[in-house]
Amino acid sequence: MIGITSYGAYVPPTRLALATIGGLPTQEGGPEKAVAWNDEDAVTMAMTAAVNCLRGFDREQVDGVFFACTTYSFAEKQGAALLARGLDLPRRVRTNDFAGSLRAGTNALRAAVDAVSAGTARCVLVVASDCRMGAPGSGLELNFGDAAVAFLVGDGDAVATLDASFAVADELVDVWRTAGDPFVHAWEDRFVVQEGYTPRLVEGVTGLFEKTGSQARDFAKIAFFAPDARSHGSVARALKLDKQKVQEPLFGRLGNSGCSFVLVQLAHALETAKPGDRILAASYGDGAEALAFSVTEHIEKLEERRGVSWHLERRRGVKSYDRYLKARNLQRGEYESPRDQGLSATVHFRERDEEVSLVGHRCRSCGAVQFPQQRVCETCFGKDAFERYRLSDKVGKVLTYTFDFFFPTPDPPTVVAICDIDGARVHMQLVNIAPEAVTLDMPVEFEFRRIHQSGGRPNYYWKATPLTA
Amino acid sequence: MARDAIRDKVSIVGVGCCQFGENWDQSPADMIVDAAYEAYADAGIEKPQEQIDAVFTGSIYSNKGPHECSDALKLWKPVTSVSNYCATGTDAFRCGVMSIACGLYDTVLVVGYDKPKDRGVAGPSVVMTQVRDLPQTPAGWFSICASRYFEKYGAGRDDLARIAIKNHHNGTLAPNSFLKREITLEDYKKARLISWPFGLYDCAAQTDGAAAVILTRSDLAKSFRRDPVVVKGVTVFAGPNPQKDPTMDFLAWKPSIEAGQVAYEMAGVGPEDIDVAQVHDCFSLTELLTYEDLGFCEKGAAKEHIQDGRFEIGGGLPVNTDGGLKSFGHPTGATGVRMIYENTLQLQGRAGERQTPDAEIALSHNIGGYPTACGIAILGRA
Ligand SMILES: CC(C)(COP(=O)(O)OP(=O)(O)OC[C@H]1O[C@@H](n2cnc3c(N)ncnc32)[C@H](O)[C@@H]1OP(=O)(O)O)[C@@H](O)C(=O)NCCC(=O)NCCS
Repeated sequence: MIGITSYGAYVPPTRLALATIGGLPTQEGGPEKAVAWNDEDAVTMAMTAAVNCLRGFDREQVDGVFFACTTYSFAEKQGAALLARGLDLPRRVRTNDFAGSLRAGTNALRAAVDAVSAGTARCVLVVASDCRMGAPGSGLELNFGDAAVAFLVGDGDAVATLDASFAVADELVDVWRTAGDPFVHAWEDRFVVQEGYTPRLVEGVTGLFEKTGSQARDFAKIAFFAPDARSHGSVARALKLDKQKVQEPLFGRLGNSGCSFVLVQLAHALETAKPGDRILAASYGDGAEALAFSVTEHIEKLEERRGVSWHLERRRGVKSYDRYLKARNLQRGEYESPRDQGLSATVHFRERDEEVSLVGHRCRSCGAVQFPQQRVCETCFGKDAFERYRLSDKVGKVLTYTFDFFFPTPDPPTVVAICDIDGARVHMQLVNIAPEAVTLDMPVEFEFRRIHQSGGRPNYYWKATPLTA
Repeated sequence: MARDAIRDKVSIVGVGCCQFGENWDQSPADMIVDAAYEAYADAGIEKPQEQIDAVFTGSIYSNKGPHECSDALKLWKPVTSVSNYCATGTDAFRCGVMSIACGLYDTVLVVGYDKPKDRGVAGPSVVMTQVRDLPQTPAGWFSICASRYFEKYGAGRDDLARIAIKNHHNGTLAPNSFLKREITLEDYKKARLISWPFGLYDCAAQTDGAAAVILTRSDLAKSFRRDPVVVKGVTVFAGPNPQKDPTMDFLAWKPSIEAGQVAYEMAGVGPEDIDVAQVHDCFSLTELLTYEDLGFCEKGAAKEHIQDGRFEIGGGLPVNTDGGLKSFGHPTGATGVRMIYENTLQLQGRAGERQTPDAEIALSHNIGGYPTACGIAILGRA
C-alpha cells in the first residue's frame, strides 16, 4: 500500500502575541503566532520536523528527500541535500527542492507519491517549511506564522493513502515576493480574496469532488489554505462545509505558514484520525491543488508523533516586539555583518560529518565515542580504527555550562554547555531554556540550528535542547 | 631525560617593559624598541648589534614577528618567532634559555609583544575556522570549570571578587600597568556580566604592550651586572582540549598541573619554596584554580587561603604583585615576558611598594588556548 507511512512537525516554541505587535498589553490565551527565532530558519525547522517524522524509522531506507519551501536562504544551493546530510541519510538519496509557490508543499507530497507509485523511489521524505515575513506593521505580518511538517511516503504500512488529486493553474499577481526582497507583498486584499483565493480554492476542491464522484460529507476532515481567518470562513461557507468537518486552521495560535500550511493541518488531522476516515487537503498559490487521502488501520500502530499538538503545547512568549525585530534581523545595528567570504568552504566540506550531521567516531579497539572525528583515539591512542557514530539522535547530558553575554542574540545571555553524548564531549549552545533553569547533568537532545552568519550566509550546526519526554 | 639539564646555566641580566595600555599612537615597533632598549640599559649593553647573538620573539596577533622585531631593532641575526597561545612569551623565553644552555649562543634577546588594540574591536579576537567553533570569547572557555567547581567546593563569586579586588589594588602600585584603579566589592557586584560567572572585573584587560629580557651564560652574567637572576627551570605543556577531553572533571586545568610538576623538578624546588608568583589571571577563576593546580594549596582549599589574604602583597605568598593580566594588561605575546620582568625585579629587590621581602624563588605561569597550553618559569636569586 503506497502512501504516508509517518509524519512529524515542528513549530518554533517562540510565540509572538498579536497584541505585542501593536504595542498593547498581552493577555493570557490571547491570539498569537509562531515565530522562528534568530537561530532558526526554514531549513532548521525542516530538519527538526524531519527528525520527528523519522523517529522509530530506519533512515537507511530513505532514498528520496523532497523539500518544499519558498523562503530557503540560498537562491542557488539545494535545501534537500542539506537535509539529507544533516539527517545522515545514505549518500545514494535523490534530492529535489520544490519552491516558488505556496503550492510547493502539496506539489512535493504528490510528486513523492507519484515517484513511489512509478517505482522510481521506495521511500521519500517530504518536508515542507516556510518562514515568510510580512513587512513590520503590515496585515501580512499579523497572519503569517512559521512551521514545518514532514511526511514519509513509501510502500508498506501506509497510515494514509492518496486516493486522488486535482490541480488547476492560474496566473495572478496577488501575493508575491521578488528575489532579494525579505518581505511578501500582496495586492489589495479584496481583489486577492474575490478574484484569486476564494474562486480558485473552491474550484480546486469541487474539481476533486467531481473527478472522484464524492461530496463534502464523504470526508471526515477538510483542510485548506487560507491567507487569514476571515477568508478561511468564506471558503467554508462557499463550499457549504459542516463546521465539524473543517480542520481547525490555527489562526491566532500558529498562523499561515505558507507552503507548509495545509500540510501542517493535514498532520494535525492525522493525529486524531480513525481508520477509514477520508481527509481532503487543498492548497492555494498560482492556482489550487486538492489531495484526497484515506486513513488506514495502520494509523493505530504508529507510535505517538511529535506532531502539531505536541508543539502547540510547548510555547514561550516573546517579551517585546523589539526583540522580535532583532531576532528576525529587521533592525539595523551599527555594525553590519562583515562582507567577508566566510569560513573556508574547503574546511566545511571536510567537516560535513561533524557540522552538518553531528556524526563523530567510535573507536573499534576500545569503544570510546569521540567528537569531532579523530585519527588517533583520544582514549587508547589506536590509529585510524574508527567507525562513524551519529550523535544527533542520541540523548546527552550537560556536564558544565556558562552563560555568554557577548554572543550576539536578541535575548542574552546564550547558554553554552559541554555535553556528554555517549562518552563524547561536545561544546555547544543550549537553547529553549532560561539560564536559571540549567542544571548540571540535565538530559538534552539535539536540534539543527543556525549558528552564525559568517560570510553573510547562514551557517548551520546542532544545538542542545532540554530533553522533552 | 635529565630534568636538571638547564638548571642555573642561564641568567637574566636585563629586563624591560613598555607602558601597557591602549597605545593608539604606538606601532608594534615602537613598543618593541621601548622594551628592548630598557632591557639593554638594564644589562649595560651599549652595542646590541655586537653583543646579542640571536633573538627569540613571541606574538599571537602578528604574522610577521621575526621581521617586525629585527627591523624595529636593526638586529640582523638569527630570529625565531614563537606562537603558543597565552604561553607564547614564556615559550619564547624558554627557546632563548635552551639556545644558551646548549652552548650555541652566549647572549640572546627575548621579546614578547602584541597589539590587539589595532584591530578595531574590544576584547580578544575570536578566531573561527570551523562552523562549529562557537563564536565565543575566551571568557566562555575559561568559565567552564565554574559550575562544577562551585558545586563541589562551595566557592563562589565572592571568592573571585577577592582576587579581582587584590589585582586591581596591585595594579595601582605598578608604574607601567594599564588600569590603576581600586575597586570595591560593590563595584564588582554591580559590573555587567561577560560570561557567567565572570563580570567585567573578572576579566583581564585587553591591552597593547611589549616586554623584553636579556639572557646570557651564567658564567658571564656578572660581567653585565652584579645581581643577575638565574633560570632554575622553564617548561611548556600542551594538554588535551578540555572541551572534548573525555576525562576532564572541570575542577582543575590539567596543563597547569602537568607543567607545574615538570617545572618544579627542573628547578629542584617545590611549591613550598616559592616566595612570590605571577600566575595567569586571564579570568579570576583561572587564578583561583592555579593556586591549587600548582600546589600552593590543596585542591578545593583556595577559598580559605583567599579569605586569609595569603596571596595579597604582605601575605605568605604574594601573587600577581604588579596587578596581573587583570590590571597590568594582557598583550598575549608579552604577558609571559612581563611576568618574568616583574619576578626579576622582585628577586633583585627592585619592586618598590610591591616588594616581597627577601624573595629568593619566584614562579611565573601562563595558561591559554581552550585552555590547552601552559608555560611556567621558575627563577632564583643567583
Ligand atoms: C571584559 C572585556 C570584554 C571588556 O571590554 P569592553 O566591553 O570593550 O570594555 P571597554 O574597552 O569598552 O571599556 C569600558 C571601561 O571598562 C574598562 N575596562 C575594560 N576592560 C576592563 C577590564 N577587563 N577590567 C576592568 N575594567 C575594564 C575600561 O578601561 C573602560 O573604562 P573607562 O570607561 O573608565 O575608560 C575585555 O576586557 C575582555 O575581553 N577581556 C578579556 C580578555 C581576554 O579574554 N583575554 C584572553 C585571555 S586568555
